[in-house]
Amino acid sequence: MFQIVRKKVLNPSVTLMEFNAPYIAAKVKAGQFIIFRVDEQGERVPLTVADSNPEKGTITLIFQVVGRSTMKLNALNEGDSILDLVGPLGIPTEIPENAKKICVVGGGVGCAIAYPQAKSLHKAGLQVDVIAGFRSKDIVILEDEFKQCCDELILCTDDGSYGQKGFVTNALQERIDNGIQYDAVIAIGPVPMMKFVCKVTEKYNIPTIVSLNPIMVDGTGMCGGCRVTVDGKIRYACVEGPDFDGHKVDFDELMHRNGTFREREADCRMMALADKA
Amino acid sequence: MPNMSKTKVAIPEQEPAVRARNFEEVSLGYTEEMAVEEATRCLNCPKKPCVSGCPVGVRIPEFIKKITERDFEGAYEIIHSTSSLPAVCGRVCPQESQCEGQCVRGKAKGAEPVGIGRLERFAADWHMQHSDAPVQKPESNGHKVAIVGGGPAGLTCAGDLAKLGYEVTIFEAFHVAGGVLMYGIPEFRLPKAIVQKEVENLKAMGVNIMTNMVVGKVFSVDELMEQGFEAVFVGSGAGLPRFMGIEGESLIGVCSANEYLTRINLMKGYKEGYDTPVLKSKAVAVCGGGNVAMDAARSALRMGAEHVYIVYRRSEDEMPARKEEVHHAKQEGVEFLTLQNPVKILGDENGRVRAAVCQKMELGEPDASGRRRPIPIEGSEYELEVDTVIMSIGTSPNPLIRTTTKGLEANKHGCLVVDENMMTTKEGVYAGGDAVTGAATVILAMGAGKSAAKSIDEYIQNKSK
Repeated sequence: MFQIVRKKVLNPSVTLMEFNAPYIAAKVKAGQFIIFRVDEQGERVPLTVADSNPEKGTITLIFQVVGRSTMKLNALNEGDSILDLVGPLGIPTEIPENAKKICVVGGGVGCAIAYPQAKSLHKAGLQVDVIAGFRSKDIVILEDEFKQCCDELILCTDDGSYGQKGFVTNALQERIDNGIQYDAVIAIGPVPMMKFVCKVTEKYNIPTIVSLNPIMVDGTGMCGGCRVTVDGKIRYACVEGPDFDGHKVDFDELMHRNGTFREREADCRMMALADKA
Repeated sequence: MPNMSKTKVAIPEQEPAVRARNFEEVSLGYTEEMAVEEATRCLNCPKKPCVSGCPVGVRIPEFIKKITERDFEGAYEIIHSTSSLPAVCGRVCPQESQCEGQCVRGKAKGAEPVGIGRLERFAADWHMQHSDAPVQKPESNGHKVAIVGGGPAGLTCAGDLAKLGYEVTIFEAFHVAGGVLMYGIPEFRLPKAIVQKEVENLKAMGVNIMTNMVVGKVFSVDELMEQGFEAVFVGSGAGLPRFMGIEGESLIGVCSANEYLTRINLMKGYKEGYDTPVLKSKAVAVCGGGNVAMDAARSALRMGAEHVYIVYRRSEDEMPARKEEVHHAKQEGVEFLTLQNPVKILGDENGRVRAAVCQKMELGEPDASGRRRPIPIEGSEYELEVDTVIMSIGTSPNPLIRTTTKGLEANKHGCLVVDENMMTTKEGVYAGGDAVTGAATVILAMGAGKSAAKSIDEYIQNKSK
C-alpha cells in the first residue's frame, strides 16, 4: 500500500500527488517512470516521476485526469492509499556529452515531465532554457517551479491568454533564428508536439531527445506492448526508453498504436460522466 | 487387489462447447471413489521408474498407496515433502514425458499409464478443501537469502530454504507473486486462487514476499548482498517475447502471447468490472505451436472469437505443445493450420489487422533442433482473414539482471551460465529455471529451485564454519 501524503489540484484537469514510496524515492532519476495500480480491478498505468525526495521517502506524480484510471486516482485524497507502485522503470535521461546549453520544451501536461529534466540539468550546472506551451491561461502549471530551475522561461499559450501567443515550435524556431545555439533539445509532450519540435531541430542537426508514451502493461520488458520503431528497428520503450533520439522515431506509428483502445476509452469516459450526473 | 484396467478412470471434464466460452477449469477432478479406483491400478513396482521420471523426485508409489488406504491427507504430505506446489504440478506438468511416461502400466499396447497427475491433483485439492492444520513455521537459523523472481523456481527455492530455517525474502517485479503461474497459464488450466493459496502457505512458513520490486532497477544484486543476504537465487524467468520482424507487426491487432495472456490472466481482463482492456477479436491467428500458443488460442475462444487458428510452420507431430493441450484445443474448436507461416500482415484503412498472408511449407532435412526444417512453397501465399494476430514464437530471458550485475555471465541466448551446483559465475549468486534454460516448464523450474536451495544451504553452512 502506498499512501498519498500530498494532493494538489493544479488545474481542473491536472493533479499533483505525492506518494510515500521510500525505495523508489531513493533511486529514481530524471526521465524514469513508475507504474501504478489503484486497486484490485485497476489497470497498470505508467507515469513519469515529476519529483522525488529521498530524505522524506516520497515521489511526486503529476497527471492529467483523462481516463478511467486517472479518474479513479483523482478521486483519492491525502491519507488514502493505492495498491501498487513499482519503479524506477526505464533508463534515466542521458544528454549528449559536453552539452552546455539545453532547451527543454514541454507541451501541456508534458511540462510535468519536462520539469524534473530542467531541474536536474540546472543542478548539474548546465544552461537551461525552458519553453512551456499550454492551450490557454487556465491550464498553465508549474510556472514558479520552472522559473527556479532555468535561465530563461518562455511561456506560450495557443490562444495568447498568457505569455507568448503560439506553439512551442514557433517559440523554438524564433530563438534559433535569433542566433541562440542549443547543444541539445529535450521535447516532452503530446506526440504531435514532439514530432513537430523534431522537424524544427532536424533542420539544424540539433540532437533532440523525446520521451515516448506508448501503451504499457508490465513495464519491465515482458510483453512487447510498448514497442516503438526507432531507426527502423523495434525497441521496447519501457526498458530501452522512454527517451529516444527524436529524429529517428516513427511518431505516426506511435500515434496510431496509442489509439488501440480508443473505443473502450471513450465508453469509460461516458460512463464516468453518467455516474457523475 | 490391483485394478488391472488398461485405461485410466475417466476424469470428468466440462463439455467442450460449454467450456470454450468460460474461464472455469476444464478438468473437474476425481471424486474420492474415482481416485481410489485409479490408485489401485498402481502395481507398486520395486524399481519405481515413475520417481526417476519426476524432476523433483516425488515419492509416487508411496502417495498412491495412501490414496488406496483412503489416507488422503497422508498422500498430500508425502507429495508436499518434495514438491512445494502440489496443486500446481498435478495440473500443468507434462506427465506423459515424465512420471507417466515411465510407468510400466503404460508399456503394453493400447494401455495407459497410471493417472499419476490426476491423483496428485486429487490429493492436493483434497488437502486444500479439508485441512486447516496450521502450517509449521520452522525456527530461524539466522541466515538470510534473497530470491529474485516469485515464479515457480523462486517459490520452490524459497520454500525449501524456509523449511531449513533460512530467512528468505522473495523480490517479485509484478504486484503479485507467481510468475508464469499467474500471468502465463490461463485460469481454466490453473485457477489463480489455487496459486495464491500455495503462495500463502509459503508466507505462513515464514517466507517474506516483497512485490513491486524490480531487482536490477530498485536494487541491484550487489546491493542485495550489501544488505546482508548471504546468497541470492535468480529465478527471473524468460519473459522477453520474440516478434517475427515481418511487415505489419505494428498494426493495431498484433500482440505477443505474453501481452495477450497477461491482460487476461494476471489483470483479469476477461472479467466484468476489471479495467484492463483486451483486444476484441472475431478471428484470431495464433502463430506458434507450443503450450503458450495453445493457451493463447483457447483464451481467444473464451474471449468471444468466432474463429481461432493455430498457424504453425511444421506439422502437428513436431509441435512442442503437450498432446493433451492440443487435444483440448481441437475439442474446443481451435482450427489447426499446420505447415503454414505468416509472411506479412495486412491492415485495413484504419490501420487495424484485416488479414495475415500465410505461405504453405513442406518439411525438408532436420535443422539444428533435430526437427525437419520447414521449406516455403513458392507461390502458395494466401490471405487468412483475421483481425488479430498473436505472436507465440518463443521467449528468451530478460536482460535486466545480467546487464546490471557485474560478473554474471550469460550465453549467446541470454541464459545465465551455471555450474553443476546451480551457481553462476558470480560467487554466492545462484540461478535456475527459464533464466538458465530458456523457456521450459514449471516443473523443471521447480527442480532447479530445489537443487539450488540444497547448494545454497551447503554454501552458507560451509562459509560459517
